[in-house]
Amino acid sequence: MLIYILRRLGFAFITCIFISVLTFAIIRLPPGDFVDAYIANLAASGSSISIDQAEAMRRAYGLDQSIFVQYWSWMVRVLQGDFGVSMMWRRPVTEVIGDRLWLTMVVSLAALFLTWIIALPIGIYSAVRQYSIGDYIFTMLGFIGLAIPNFLLALILMYFGFRYLGLNVGGLFSAEYVQAPWSLGRAWDLAKHLPLPAAVLAIAGTAQLIRIMRANLLDELRKPYVVTARAKGLTERRAILKYPVRAALNPFASSVAYLFPYLVSGSIIVSLVLGLPTVGPLLLQALVAQDMFLAGAIVMMLGVMTVVGTLISDLLLMWIDPRIRLEGR
Amino acid sequence: MSVTVANDPPVTAPEVRFAQATQLQLTWWRFRRHKLALASLVLVVLFYLVAIFADFLAANDPHATDARRSFIPPQGIHLFDEGGFNPHVYGLKGVRDMRTFKLSYTPDASRKLPVRLFVRGYDYDLLGFIPTSIHLFGIDDAGPGEGVFLFGTDQLGRDLYSRMMVATRVSLSIGLAGVTLSLFLGVLLGGISGLYGGWVDTLIQRLIELLRSVPTIPLWMGLAAALPNTWSVTQVYFAITLIISLIGWTDLARVVRGRFLALREEDFVIAAELAGASQGRIIFRHMLPSFASHVIAATTLALPAMIISETSLSFLGLGLRPPAVSWGILLQDAQNIQVLSGAPWLLLAAVPVTVVILAFNFLGDGLRDAADPYG
Amino acid sequence: MLQTPMADHAAPAVALAVRDLAVQFRSEQGVVRALDGVSFDLHAGRTLGIVGESGCGKSVTARSILRLIDHPGIITGGRMVLDPSTPREIDLASLDPESRQMREVRGGRIGLIFQEPMTALSVHYTVGNQLIEAVRQHHSVSVAEARNRATELLRDVGIPRPETRIDAYPFELSGGLRQRVGIAMALAGDPDIVIADEPTTALDVTTQAQILSLLRGLQEAKNISLMLITHDMGVIAEMADEVTVMYLGRVVEVAPVRQLFAAPRHPYTRALLRAVPSILARPRQRLSTIGGAVPHPGSRPFGCSFHPRCAERVGAVCMERIPDPVPPGQAGASCFRTEVPA
Repeated sequence: MLIYILRRLGFAFITCIFISVLTFAIIRLPPGDFVDAYIANLAASGSSISIDQAEAMRRAYGLDQSIFVQYWSWMVRVLQGDFGVSMMWRRPVTEVIGDRLWLTMVVSLAALFLTWIIALPIGIYSAVRQYSIGDYIFTMLGFIGLAIPNFLLALILMYFGFRYLGLNVGGLFSAEYVQAPWSLGRAWDLAKHLPLPAAVLAIAGTAQLIRIMRANLLDELRKPYVVTARAKGLTERRAILKYPVRAALNPFASSVAYLFPYLVSGSIIVSLVLGLPTVGPLLLQALVAQDMFLAGAIVMMLGVMTVVGTLISDLLLMWIDPRIRLEGR
Repeated sequence: MSVTVANDPPVTAPEVRFAQATQLQLTWWRFRRHKLALASLVLVVLFYLVAIFADFLAANDPHATDARRSFIPPQGIHLFDEGGFNPHVYGLKGVRDMRTFKLSYTPDASRKLPVRLFVRGYDYDLLGFIPTSIHLFGIDDAGPGEGVFLFGTDQLGRDLYSRMMVATRVSLSIGLAGVTLSLFLGVLLGGISGLYGGWVDTLIQRLIELLRSVPTIPLWMGLAAALPNTWSVTQVYFAITLIISLIGWTDLARVVRGRFLALREEDFVIAAELAGASQGRIIFRHMLPSFASHVIAATTLALPAMIISETSLSFLGLGLRPPAVSWGILLQDAQNIQVLSGAPWLLLAAVPVTVVILAFNFLGDGLRDAADPYG
Repeated sequence: MLQTPMADHAAPAVALAVRDLAVQFRSEQGVVRALDGVSFDLHAGRTLGIVGESGCGKSVTARSILRLIDHPGIITGGRMVLDPSTPREIDLASLDPESRQMREVRGGRIGLIFQEPMTALSVHYTVGNQLIEAVRQHHSVSVAEARNRATELLRDVGIPRPETRIDAYPFELSGGLRQRVGIAMALAGDPDIVIADEPTTALDVTTQAQILSLLRGLQEAKNISLMLITHDMGVIAEMADEVTVMYLGRVVEVAPVRQLFAAPRHPYTRALLRAVPSILARPRQRLSTIGGAVPHPGSRPFGCSFHPRCAERVGAVCMERIPDPVPPGQAGASCFRTEVPA
């Protein structure tokens, strides 16, 4: 078991390194370096610096050294929590991001839980009542859920909310709480705004998970231990819920690993449409303005948080599956 | 009392057919039973026909702007007129809004413009090499600001219907190009992984796991945003294809590797090895044909993800750039709730996206069931 | 028709009487008659062996008795009477499979032992968890008391150190131990009847012998009526008191075990016996096999089901008519050779 945990930790570490390299590449991809961009930015606002000053800045940021040295010094700063300065905002990146990172996670996690809550009962129903009318309806809805990109769904919901209900469905906070400091009232306000974006995000994943749950449970239902449970005299409901459903739960635990990155990704676009104060809109602005330190920091943070989510899912899987838990006992 | 010998029942014709059918033929026979998948196949073919004949189907120049005819609502074609069959649309009348003093066109029921088939419009190359100006339908001798606007117009007065036709070509072809590239990568790396095993396999599997545990959209956004502004439409097109194909290959590689691993243990492959067949011959003569249908199914299922990726990136303004027209670019216009509440028909561009993705999903599912009835 | 009454004078009571049981599986491809008029008696405290090749309907019979046949199988006729002519008499065929009465029969009056000890137990729960559940299903006792009983059950089936093994997961036990757990599970509700569906097929030879002797011992100790389903004539010879031979969903011969081996009446039984390897055989003697394969029950031959593979056909009648079934409660064979002496 210890070996298993160590292996997962090692893999998570390597993934983080990989993400950092990609992030660094993204920061470095645009032609010209940070100082060029800074000068262009200054020029746009009407001021300028001399060539000497520019060279001094390059030395200060280590831009005159080899790419590996630059990566290393960037990594060292990042590990100290220094993601650099946002050019667009002229403030440290961490300050600009602020709450937005946590709100991204809150939205994604809410979507994940919603996915589970909806997919579990429907998946069980569809498998136990295979080929029933309900099964067909859910399968059909599932396909449609898979087919509509979530930003389109957000767009359509927003339009109908606006048109027929007169609601502005966007945002995560009511007007009076947008700038307010954290309080119970603000948290409650967030909770009230959360279901819609979470539902929009959850649709596709739910459709996928229902199909996986249905297929797995259908497999499990055919296994002899289900007959054993029935032959003991258990009720049908208890026999199914205790044994095959338990076995088919594994994909729910591992769904964190592949749904979570997907939900984080989706939240970026959905946030743009629904105007959610997550890192999504910020990332787009930063990319369009080529504010690469800000963009890089966001990509890096999202990546690392996803890796952590995956790690949690692996440990969860280990915890619920005695075969892995007792490895080497 | 006579003792008769038990004979095998005579082999009937259909059984002969079954026994001699190739793997692909068997798959096709099984596939035909899925009605929904078959209907989806027809739909997908229709969509690709639209893509091929996009300019012919377009009624107006998709790039022609006219500020005065911005946001015209969809026009219905009236089929009958004074008892006879005479398809026509109403002409447009310039009206000045007395509050904003903006001139705009509104339908004018007194002027009827006849809609004809095979009319002359803007010039284009049919199939890319036949210069012509014939279009399926339109209005003969259209004056300025006149035309059939089936799905209405956008802010710049461009005909949404014609733009959707052209966008179909771009969005579907970029999906196809992306999936081809993914297929190449997937078959190559999955094949190597499944065939050689050992540390190569471990390495490639770890790489796939790595790519799958990273949130893709922010990364692709970063990559796409890094494309220089100076690049031409074509250059951006290929760069975007490259970026989105990096998403799809991992799934395909998994399918290919899985099939290779399963087939390596199959009796007929071992038999071929024992018979001294070369490795290349085993792969291409024995293994590839037996999992071609799996790969086709997996490829079909990978296509929707490609189309969604392109649409998403373009929607964000990080994918294709105007003057290129794709579904994502059309939807970009519908991003704003103010615009949307005034011109809800812009959301029509969402219909082909949804329909084609649905069709590919059904098709892929049907193919997968047909390829692997036991899986 | 040649018949002899079942040998014993002091014939024990009948624990389970199955009469004309018919089971069909209905699908798009057509109707498959998996069981077609099966009758037999299981006597109290005795062992009834049911033997036949795979696909002959042995397992469907076992599942039907417990009303556990999977969709799309349905019982279309017949009776399955538990404890006939006693106050506890009950016709299982008339019960709703989901009913409380039926659930009380499962595990409480009839226990079931499976072929696959690995897959018959869930890997997600400990042995104790699954065993205690079975105990409490049929006895209203506390968890602690049920745990004691479960430990006793494990001791009864010969599992060493049952106090610790009770907390093991099935995958931590060997195949033989798992099958012992399976037997304990079948006994948890103190049933009078135990149906063992190929209980030793998945085990190696030495373990097989141990499990069989365990079954014998338990049967004597608890006076259990055992219905033993197998394809193995060796197991039949060792265990059974009476034997029912099945072919394609029908009973072809019923006989006391000695009579079956000494003077088999049905050509199919003879063929099965010839196919058993014997240490008395001459060196290099070819092992006899039955020609052809079992036809699919959906394409049952006309007339006697066995006639295409039968080496002793008597003539056209075998292809045209179905021989009369063996009368319930008697020994005999369903064959024209026994009707018209050849």
